[in-house]
Amino acid sequence: MRGGVGTYLAVARYSARRYAGYRAATVAGAFTNTVFGIIRAYVLLQVWHQRPGLGGYDTSGVVTFVFLGQGLITSMALFGGGIDLPERIRSGAVAMDMARPVGFQTWWLADDAGRAAVQLLTRGLPPTLVAALLFDLRLPTPASPAAAAGTASAAGVWDAAGVWGLFAVSVVLGFLVSFGLRYLIALTTFWLLDQRGLESAYTLFTVFFSGISMPLTIMPGVLRDLAEALPFAAMMQIPADVLLGNRTGASLVAAIAFQVGWAVALLAAGRALTAHATRKLVVQGG
Amino acid sequence: MADNSAARPGRRNNRHSSDERSSQHERPSRDEHPCRNKRHSRDEHPGRSRRYEAVRHYLLFAAAWTRVAWQYRASVLLLAVGQFLATGLDIAVIGVLFTRVPHLAGFGLAEVGFLFGTSCTAFAVSNMFFGTLERVGERIRDGSLDVMLVRPAGLLVQVATDGFSPRRLGGIVQGVGVLALSLAGLDVPWTPGRVLLVATMIICGVGIFSAVWIAGAAFQFAVEQAAEAMNAVTYGGSFLTQYPMSIYGRDGMRLLTFLVPLAFLNWQPALYVLGKPDPLGLPSVFRFASPLVAAVLLTLAAVAWRAGLRHYRSTGS
Repeated sequence: MRGGVGTYLAVARYSARRYAGYRAATVAGAFTNTVFGIIRAYVLLQVWHQRPGLGGYDTSGVVTFVFLGQGLITSMALFGGGIDLPERIRSGAVAMDMARPVGFQTWWLADDAGRAAVQLLTRGLPPTLVAALLFDLRLPTPASPAAAAGTASAAGVWDAAGVWGLFAVSVVLGFLVSFGLRYLIALTTFWLLDQRGLESAYTLFTVFFSGISMPLTIMPGVLRDLAEALPFAAMMQIPADVLLGNRTGASLVAAIAFQVGWAVALLAAGRALTAHATRKLVVQGG
Repeated sequence: MADNSAARPGRRNNRHSSDERSSQHERPSRDEHPCRNKRHSRDEHPGRSRRYEAVRHYLLFAAAWTRVAWQYRASVLLLAVGQFLATGLDIAVIGVLFTRVPHLAGFGLAEVGFLFGTSCTAFAVSNMFFGTLERVGERIRDGSLDVMLVRPAGLLVQVATDGFSPRRLGGIVQGVGVLALSLAGLDVPWTPGRVLLVATMIICGVGIFSAVWIAGAAFQFAVEQAAEAMNAVTYGGSFLTQYPMSIYGRDGMRLLTFLVPLAFLNWQPALYVLGKPDPLGLPSVFRFASPLVAAVLLTLAAVAWRAGLRHYRSTGS
């Protein structure tokens, strides 16, 4: 890896600053996420009123699940995009990116991380706050059952903090999986010159298999096995389950290991493909 | 719904170029605004021929853009398949939910399919006619709206046809397909009244969704970056009308009847077609009010569009 940590932090910071602009667009986007969250919450509540406890969620659990999904859509880039690389490949500007004395993949990871961090706050918090006003949510607090303690005690505070900490770890891992996949798609532009086809395929998969449409645990048989094996589950279903306290002990370890596994595999594949792409660019340039 | 909240920074970059542009660009004063002149000249024509002209222009531009798109046949076909699948995901979700419960708010699978099919068909058709209106904010930012204003054709027609592509047929095929399946699965006596109402509700649905697209575009004259908020009413409206409205509770139903009258899109007429009582106990005349609601909404949308255009001051301000 070339370039120091400071360089990448600076890249992330500038990217974050870029995405912190355009406030009207941010408000508009958060509003849309909230509206969709409300509609989906009502739909799923209708199911859960008939089948309480379905898929391991109670009614407030499933509403919380829906809004966590809406809050994560933009930062996890579940609808694709976020990486400006394809446009730079098409225009040829990518030659400049490759000439920089920094790791190419790490540079784009830093850039995307800055975006995701800002959007986690600006696009993640508003839907959750509105939901907290409208519905009964189940977030870990010192007194909540999710934190295992019935009353607000010192142990309860630590338990709740622990759950939030694990959630943060799971969100970061989910982001790495999301970046790993989107980076691979962006790199295909070197060969295909247009990544939009693959990007829309990615969106189709995330909408159905990440958990934003419904908890994957309610899918029947083989479909559920498939959904829980694909990397899309790492982006939303697992972080939400960790926060809701649906994953403890061995199942928690397995979930985190699943995220780590996909993140490592996708980032390694990205690294290998980057090397090929570099050679490809030299060939194209004569 | 796939576009629900895709934030594309690439689009935002246009802003820089448009800012540079506007500094060199002298804004026309109110009286010499190209759009004003055009409207004066058009006022001389009687209303009917003006409407005829708009339709003629629409078909002309749409045909031209279709020829453009058809140069990339494989791409168009793939995008149409993509649109078909994206729409299919929503019905797949409903399918999964129905593996867990026998009904949603008292509506069986075929009945929810009927709501889905009517909503989806109406939305997909309106999306094909007016969907590109969501890019009005972009056009304002990059200045291409000014270019359209000086052309001798209506602005609405130009923006609505810009980039018109047959790929949107994919969504229509999906909607019509689900509707056909649900009609086969419904257990209702098909009286002429019911058949007529099904046809009417789809036509009025197209009208209501078109009004939403036009009003949303008009709103972007006020807030250029509001394109994503528009998704909440367009894609959100399409999403929420796929389900029986009673799931939103009594307050939700009142809101969707009197404030944002999406209840008239398919819910009210569907109550008649499916022979269900209205949970709010509204008079039966509401079941047949869709044409009136569509006409009123289209009129309001047209007024909003004209008001937005009147306040348009070119980019960069």
